[in-house]
Amino acid sequence: MDYNAIGLTAGIEIHQQLNTCEKLFCHCPTLLRDSPEHSGEFFRYLRVTESEMGEIDRAAQEEMKRERKFRYYTYDTTCLVENDEEPPAPLNDEALSVCLTIARMFGMIPVRQVHTMRKLVIDGSNTSGFQRTALVALNGALPNGGEIETICLEEEAAQRVKDDIFSLDRLGIPLIEITTSPCMHTPDEVQQVAEYIGMVLRSTGKVKRGIGTIRQDVNISIRGGSRVEIKGVQELDLIAEVVRREVQRQENLLAIRQQLLMRKASVPDASQDISDLFISTKSAVLKKAKRIHALCLEGFAGLVGCEIQPDRRLGSELSDYAKKCGVGGIFHTDELPAYGVTAEEVSAVRARMHAGDQDCVVIVAAVNDAQAACALQQVISRARVALSEKPVPEETRKMLEAGSSAYMRPLPGAARMYPETDVLPVIIDDERWNGVTVPELLTLKAGRFAQEYAIDHNYASQLALSEKLPLFERALAEGIKPKLAAFTILSTCTELRRDGVVTDNITDGDFLATWHAVESGRVAKEAVPDLLKGLASGDSFENVIGKLAPAVSDKELESIIHRIIADRSEFVEQKGRAALGPLMGVVMKEVRGSVDGKIVSELLKKGIDAALSGKKS
Amino acid sequence: MKLDSGYNIGVDPVSCTFSGHPAVTPAKKPHIQQKNDLPALSIVSTGGTIASRIDYRTGSVTSQFDAADILTAIPELGKAANYRTIPLATILSENMTPRIWQDLARAVYEEMARGVAGVIVTHGTDTMAYSAAAISFMIDSPVPIVFVGSQRSADRPSSDNAMNAVCAARAATSDLGEVAVVMHATTSDDTCSIHRGTRVRKMHSSRRDAFRSIGIDPIGSAAYPSGEVSLGRDAVRRGSRKPGIRDSLEEHCGLLQFYPGMSPDLLEAYEGYKGLVLAGTGLGHVSTALIPSIRRLIDGGTLVVMTTQCMQGRVCDRVYDTGRDLLAAGVIEGGDMLPEVALVKMMWVLGNEQDPIRAGCLMKEDLKGECNRRSTHGL
Repeated sequence: MDYNAIGLTAGIEIHQQLNTCEKLFCHCPTLLRDSPEHSGEFFRYLRVTESEMGEIDRAAQEEMKRERKFRYYTYDTTCLVENDEEPPAPLNDEALSVCLTIARMFGMIPVRQVHTMRKLVIDGSNTSGFQRTALVALNGALPNGGEIETICLEEEAAQRVKDDIFSLDRLGIPLIEITTSPCMHTPDEVQQVAEYIGMVLRSTGKVKRGIGTIRQDVNISIRGGSRVEIKGVQELDLIAEVVRREVQRQENLLAIRQQLLMRKASVPDASQDISDLFISTKSAVLKKAKRIHALCLEGFAGLVGCEIQPDRRLGSELSDYAKKCGVGGIFHTDELPAYGVTAEEVSAVRARMHAGDQDCVVIVAAVNDAQAACALQQVISRARVALSEKPVPEETRKMLEAGSSAYMRPLPGAARMYPETDVLPVIIDDERWNGVTVPELLTLKAGRFAQEYAIDHNYASQLALSEKLPLFERALAEGIKPKLAAFTILSTCTELRRDGVVTDNITDGDFLATWHAVESGRVAKEAVPDLLKGLASGDSFENVIGKLAPAVSDKELESIIHRIIADRSEFVEQKGRAALGPLMGVVMKEVRGSVDGKIVSELLKKGIDAALSGKKS
Repeated sequence: MKLDSGYNIGVDPVSCTFSGHPAVTPAKKPHIQQKNDLPALSIVSTGGTIASRIDYRTGSVTSQFDAADILTAIPELGKAANYRTIPLATILSENMTPRIWQDLARAVYEEMARGVAGVIVTHGTDTMAYSAAAISFMIDSPVPIVFVGSQRSADRPSSDNAMNAVCAARAATSDLGEVAVVMHATTSDDTCSIHRGTRVRKMHSSRRDAFRSIGIDPIGSAAYPSGEVSLGRDAVRRGSRKPGIRDSLEEHCGLLQFYPGMSPDLLEAYEGYKGLVLAGTGLGHVSTALIPSIRRLIDGGTLVVMTTQCMQGRVCDRVYDTGRDLLAAGVIEGGDMLPEVALVKMMWVLGNEQDPIRAGCLMKEDLKGECNRRSTHGL
């Protein structure tokens, strides 16, 4: 596809958790917990409040369409600040330092005085009803010529356990938010920029690693479409696909509008109660419903069921809007009869709504008239947008599996910001800014590893990007041979994991002890996998070493080799020196890796030579 | 400086140039719809977190809303009653004074005289218990007088102001007939406790459920969001008392917490005061070294009442010899009164009773539920 021709413009926001000792506004550890470990719980309601300028944010307004009771899990690693029961502590200075380092790496300008703001978020993910956030630096540059607009330091939201239940362990972990300008024009470019920024972040060595610790929000628009923000893309590899699918969605919405215009489609002002038509229905959902209302979208037949993105239809969009009133979704005649609704019932509904062949009837099942009316009002406003000059609504959407997306809420604006009155501003003076040092980029580090330690390029870059990089660098500093450390981290551990060994259990100290034992000749490097396997099972280093084959003396080794050659004299005679390889395996198995392969190979070579010359003589 | 994104940043004033004043947008006048068939309540606002917003002088929060603003901010209040709003003050409660207690008593009495079903007083939480005690002594009320505040400022989505206010309105239209404090009972948004105005204390600096009844159980509760009120057996019922006001206060009274090694100089500083409440240790003790100074104060005409800094439990100066010496010096045992309630009561007693003997007797007598004859409540 020619993305230039359709005017694709995209920007990204990257949210990366920082690996600080304490949270951003309290002194709790930045530790993630399993929700069954929670030590208590409480619940709250949230209400929409005005911004500093006296406005109400449209996204917040939408969240308030139904009253929600949010339940929160507390832990012995959370405190009253997460519970919104104590004012915040001062802004975490360690986190601010990491942000300043990153700002320097992108050549940005720090703000003179950092003001913490409250960003209104009333979906329950923040006990306070807002996310604390502070703008730290502006105007950065990307190598592809694009620009970084801002760096903000934010607090992480609470993790949703299920529905309206949230876990407070994650709330308050420092998060850096990096926002690029809308400077990208192809899906692949967006992915590359995200990759680059991720690499820069990891170069600081101060960011959290693993799934969920980095999230990308992508802002996408095409000519004639609108800016749409897709939140929570966790896998980097999916970014390009998310962009492609959003382009597809916007193009299809533009095309649907053309169709609707040709058909002179229209959207009515109000819905109708049709509960009586379903008194003896077989549809489980409709049977359970207290009230059933319907709406006739004139000229919409076939288009509501039209796929606009893999697994997403215009109907899904209408349904997402209706759900904001608490209903489970909608039915529409493009997909009926189905779900237990019979053809007769569909005909009755069409007749009641005076729907022609070109029209689509939307049906909603609700607990009362007010909820039904609310849901269909939402459908009306969304359907009107489909007809309007801007048929793609400006929205915040959430990413679904595989890269499609669903409506979350309207795009929030400046009206969601309010000063955090409980936190004092922090001054970044010249002395502080000038004292910020920039770490070596991981890509440069990889090149240096390859050159200095004669490690294969591929290997070196894997190492530099690995979570074990700090371990590798520590090993070098302690005099371990780079190849030994690199091989263990990249190959041995991967193989062990493949065999089901939980290598995460092996501490850095265990790794270092293992390497030192190899370097000092206490164990052979062939014993490393067995050693690590033992350590991974939780055994102590000395125990594991003890369980390995006892040290074999030179004399014993000579006698083992002698015996093995004698047992296989025919084979040796036949193969000559080529017997070395196969016999190596036999000897190593016997000594169970407690002797260095090099020594075995030398002695074995001598033994074979001796055996061969013995035969000749 | 506010950016288009809504973020604020701080810039060096020197680097700014003046480009003109922004257009002034007139403040929206809130339109409040009231239902006349509901009971009438008066809201007297004094300020506090329940009505606070950013203050550009310090960048922290300050009280800015009047009662009408509170009604606009909490529309659910409209379901419980129709309201008159009386903006008395917009102060944070640490700036409260006995003079304002008196103004408050008069305003509350005036509203009562209009025949309202109850009066709600919005108040900062820091000294709400002092004010509730003061109004308890100054006013005899047949209707509920309910103090309410919030621990999280009204400008945040998680503020406890709405729930507390709704529960307060329900308590103010209930069968209650005394001065009460209505605040969160737990950290969850489930129930508010109704506390007696003379037995309540702020026991946590920041939690929503900071207010606790001391020495007794709460006199009732209001469930949220249902608003259902249940009153305890001991709660004074609506109409039990005839309306009255006695608003004189003697401000020359003090409250002093004893600590080991306290110098007699501190006591001497109270010379000329009409009354002094001591928060002694345990059963109501101060060191023997202070007793001569205490005797001098009493001989000089100062009423000295002993309470306990334990908060929980009763003073008994008859167990140890220091206690007996204190009694001999003329110290009056304050029973199980909370020290700050004893202070407020002392101001009222000395403001209305000139005779020292009778004043001393009144300090020991239970006037508004501040003294329990029996200790029924554990810790």
